[in-house]
Amino acid sequence: MTTPLIRIANLNKSFGPLHVLRDVSLDVTAREAVVIIGPSGSGKSTLLRCINLLEPIDSGSIQFETSKISADSRGAHLLRRQLGMVFQNFELFLHLTASENIMLAPMKVLGMDRDAARTVAEDLLAKVHIPDKADFYAHELSGGQQQRVAIARALAMRPKVMLYDEPTSALDPEMIKEVLDVIRELSQEGMTSLVVTHEMGFARNVADRIIFMDEGRIIENAPPETFFNGGSDLQPRTVRFLDQILHH
Amino acid sequence: MDSPELILQYVFSQPFAEAAGMTLLITILSVLLGIVLGLIIAMMQESRVAALRGLVVVYLWLFRGTPVLFQIIFVFNVLPTFGILFSGFTSAIIALSLNEGAYMSEIMRSGLQAVGRGQRTAGRALGMREWQVMRYIVLPQALRIVIPPIGNQFIGMLKLSALVSVIAVEELLLVANQTASANFRYLEALAAAGIYYLLFTTVFMLAQARIERWAGAQKRSRTTPKVSFTQRLLGVGLKQASMR
Repeated sequence: MTTPLIRIANLNKSFGPLHVLRDVSLDVTAREAVVIIGPSGSGKSTLLRCINLLEPIDSGSIQFETSKISADSRGAHLLRRQLGMVFQNFELFLHLTASENIMLAPMKVLGMDRDAARTVAEDLLAKVHIPDKADFYAHELSGGQQQRVAIARALAMRPKVMLYDEPTSALDPEMIKEVLDVIRELSQEGMTSLVVTHEMGFARNVADRIIFMDEGRIIENAPPETFFNGGSDLQPRTVRFLDQILHH
Repeated sequence: MDSPELILQYVFSQPFAEAAGMTLLITILSVLLGIVLGLIIAMMQESRVAALRGLVVVYLWLFRGTPVLFQIIFVFNVLPTFGILFSGFTSAIIALSLNEGAYMSEIMRSGLQAVGRGQRTAGRALGMREWQVMRYIVLPQALRIVIPPIGNQFIGMLKLSALVSVIAVEELLLVANQTASANFRYLEALAAAGIYYLLFTTVFMLAQARIERWAGAQKRSRTTPKVSFTQRLLGVGLKQASMR
């Protein structure tokens, strides 16, 4: 058994009186694709944001590689360089072109020179299948294209893990596939991925493991075959959830 | 002496040139201090401390709810009874910049709010420090929002500065008035002052249009409508934060 890349143990997080994460424990191995599903408000996104310290944690621990991620956020920026994150609403920098969005962090954070960063941006735009959009601004791109620029922007920091927070929830149906295809390709190349999503087809085809969360707890942690065909092996709450989403 | 000749003589005379310099100095100092104040107020408004937000409300209420002329006279004439004594010039700057800050805060707030929380989070998620997020993501976008209305405030302040003639600051209107009262050549003295005012507003407007074009050129397609000369002069058509 290899040591996990990320080890989360007994994580708790509250927003005021709202207890969003309750004793969450989860290991993620390198190269693994973990898909997190669950109803809205189940704590999926918060879990993702806790991993790169965008949300401070109340108790429990998160370990990345061999180092413990501390609850105080002084070293947070160093940790975040190794974790790529993609957001539901893309969050491209609106004053920059697609390639400038990708170049900004490598230049300002890693000190890469402009030409090298430009090459990185071109390579990554080709990787996400929009090599011709380098000089376009966000408002000139479709949602699916914007999200793929956002993925390229995260990849430019050469992260060891990619965190996707509902990457297709803000997209028109016909654009969902182009984004999911990119995520799948990256995962197949060995990028460790944590994906919060409502796309069950994607979960079934791409995930090595599926996590089902409800009310801040991990209810199910199973490979997709078990999860989607499991029947008696599953928790009653999981079965009810699957009933609702698969038979409507 | 003919009128045109006298007007020209006034325009190029030392008292008028000095008064014009004073008007310009008051305008620029007051707007600059107003920007600093406005930025502080805008940040206080976003503060989590209720007392700070309350303080801001009182400040805005006082300075937007009373005439500027009242504020100028108040600083100059009432504060000395509490032992706070300022020269006319200092009083003018204090009153005008406090007033300006009350309006500038709205402009600053719109600039800061234009950059959504999501973009800042995205910057942090890339491993940027807080100052880098501010420097490379928030400020470049906020600047584009605040430059046009700040240009407006300069033009507005140039005209407001004439009010401080009531507390004997040697600016354009006062000097013109004094000059005229010596020989009753009001037309000529006021025309000379008017020439300076028009010169300054024209220069401000041209600078404003230039800066807007520069900010716009960095972004290929912009949706900002064209602003005509008259609109600029009247201060409409641009996002206008103040109507005094």
